[in-house]
Amino acid sequence: MSDNNTEIRKAYWQANLRLMTILLSVWFVISYLCGIVFVQELNAIRIGGYKLGFWFAQQGSMYGFVAIIFIYAKKMAAIDRKFGLHD
Amino acid sequence: MDLQTLTFIVVGITFAIYIGIAFWARASTTSEFYVAGGGIHPVANGMATAADWMSAASFISMAGLIAFFGYGGAVFLMGWTGGYVLLAMLLAPYLRKHGKFTVPEFIGDRYYSKAARVVAVVCLIVASVTYVIGQMKGIGVAFSRFLEVSYEMGLIVGMGIVFIYAVMGGMKGITYTQIAQYCILICAYTIPAIFISLNLTGNPIPQLGLGSMMSGTDTYLLDRLDQVVTELGFAEYTTTSRLGTLNTFVYTLSLMIGTAGLPHVIIRFFTVAKVSDARASAGWALVFITILYTTAPAVAAMARLNLHDTIQPAGGQNLVYDERPSWFRNWEKTGLLKFEDKNGDGRITYNADKATNEMVKVDRDIMVLANPEIAKLPNWVIALVAAGGLAAALSTAAGLLLAIASAISHDLLKGIFRPDITEKQELTASRVAMAGAIGLAGYLGFNPPDFAAGTVALAFGLAASSIFPALMMGIFSKRINKEGAIAGMIAGLTITLLYVFQHKGIMFIASTSYMGDMKPNWFMGIEPNAFGAVGAVFNFAVAYVVSMMTAEPPEHIQHMVEDIRVPAVADSATGH
Repeated sequence: MSDNNTEIRKAYWQANLRLMTILLSVWFVISYLCGIVFVQELNAIRIGGYKLGFWFAQQGSMYGFVAIIFIYAKKMAAIDRKFGLHD
Repeated sequence: MDLQTLTFIVVGITFAIYIGIAFWARASTTSEFYVAGGGIHPVANGMATAADWMSAASFISMAGLIAFFGYGGAVFLMGWTGGYVLLAMLLAPYLRKHGKFTVPEFIGDRYYSKAARVVAVVCLIVASVTYVIGQMKGIGVAFSRFLEVSYEMGLIVGMGIVFIYAVMGGMKGITYTQIAQYCILICAYTIPAIFISLNLTGNPIPQLGLGSMMSGTDTYLLDRLDQVVTELGFAEYTTTSRLGTLNTFVYTLSLMIGTAGLPHVIIRFFTVAKVSDARASAGWALVFITILYTTAPAVAAMARLNLHDTIQPAGGQNLVYDERPSWFRNWEKTGLLKFEDKNGDGRITYNADKATNEMVKVDRDIMVLANPEIAKLPNWVIALVAAGGLAAALSTAAGLLLAIASAISHDLLKGIFRPDITEKQELTASRVAMAGAIGLAGYLGFNPPDFAAGTVALAFGLAASSIFPALMMGIFSKRINKEGAIAGMIAGLTITLLYVFQHKGIMFIASTSYMGDMKPNWFMGIEPNAFGAVGAVFNFAVAYVVSMMTAEPPEHIQHMVEDIRVPAVADSATGH
């Protein structure tokens, strides 16, 4: 039982880390890459009055952050239940 | 009715609401409130967290900084929202699972060491006091304007009110008061923005107005702004990144890590009902924060445009000084706005050239408060903005002071040095600590190291370099031991403080800066406000190396780490 439980916990933690890596990559791309590093390149594209890089830095990245947290909360709730480790 | 009377009435009514709710909530429930958010829905908890979180820096200062930085102001927008992603994934659920009440308590448990707890308390106090200085600057600006006195006088009045507010104490812990504060501050922020956006673009939603065309023309608002500022010799609004890509990158990272390392924010997640609620709660908090944060860039750009249009009307001559509008006169009284008729023509010349520019001082922190007046909005809107700014500053200042007081009285005195003190003595100690912190922060607020938002950014850097790495490694690594964590926290905080002090002065007293706040002396061009991320990297590295050279943590600590990683409680009994 004890070994089995350790296995389950390890798999659960791996699933969590995998999800986290994917979402943190998105977090990094929308803020640091689109909003800072490649801002000039993206500014060549326009949506309405916004230059795209400027839009990511001052609007888009923040909407993205909200979405990321809710996706994480929802997926983790599913993972919690799948491994039977929910509270 | 004149503006000042109206302001007193509106501010008075909002204060009456907070106090009324506090009494009503106290009367109707007893101990439940201290077990905190337990029965409170994650949405409500998120709203209260947002009120706690958004301070004078967010409300009063940030849009003003963006107005003058342009694109570069995005560091505050991304930095102060992106940290919630880190909080939701890397810290909140696990700290909630551990189930203690203060951040130093968790560090003391995880690193099985009273010394670690003391070091965490020191880090917490340094970061929080710096944060309070930023609030004091904002409060001083707000009071000086509405009482029509100097900034210094406004600051003294503000210190008095913060003291009364914080000592009334428990108020902060009452979620319903904070929900009311959130409603007032978000209305105060968005209503003028909607008016101004309608005036300028015909679109009532500021987030869309910012990307729209100016009313009655086929020019986009942002293009027009770029044109106006570049003609006066200022840098282009939508592309200027101030100090280059590396600095922008590091600054943003520093604010994000700092968000996830600030004790008064983390504490909010200790009190939700379940681990899964901690994740959702962070999401809801960010929703409510984002409403203000996505409005801020519109406020910034539109305020800048209105400012230039008032002083230099398009196609016309510069404003005659004697005909300046009343907001201009009122802000001159505070000493935060200064005009000097260099060419003696009686008109106001405002440009980027230091030799001919006659607007010799435009304090960034006045922009949000002055904005509705510049845009000629009705007086009740202006009064509402004052009430909103005060709600933001007071709720956060009180929350921080409580965090400082609890660190000293609960963690240091009760937890370590004098475990035998009575509850009454503990309370007295916390009041004394609170008064001391207000006095110190207020004193340093007379000559703040930066604009309110800049000062707060320094506080985030200090939290980022000390507390966040210790918390994160405590959860994600079983190998980091007490020697590593202590060495890491001390190294991170020390290097960041040294870097800040050498450029900003010891304890932020400018005359004591031993290298001057000079760009050539900056490490890789990174400004002191942004240095926290470098300090954090240093903290991680030192902690890792020291831990590898010393013995691994005892087995029960490794089991504890395994336990906090899973939400289920039952497993802690069967897992080992």
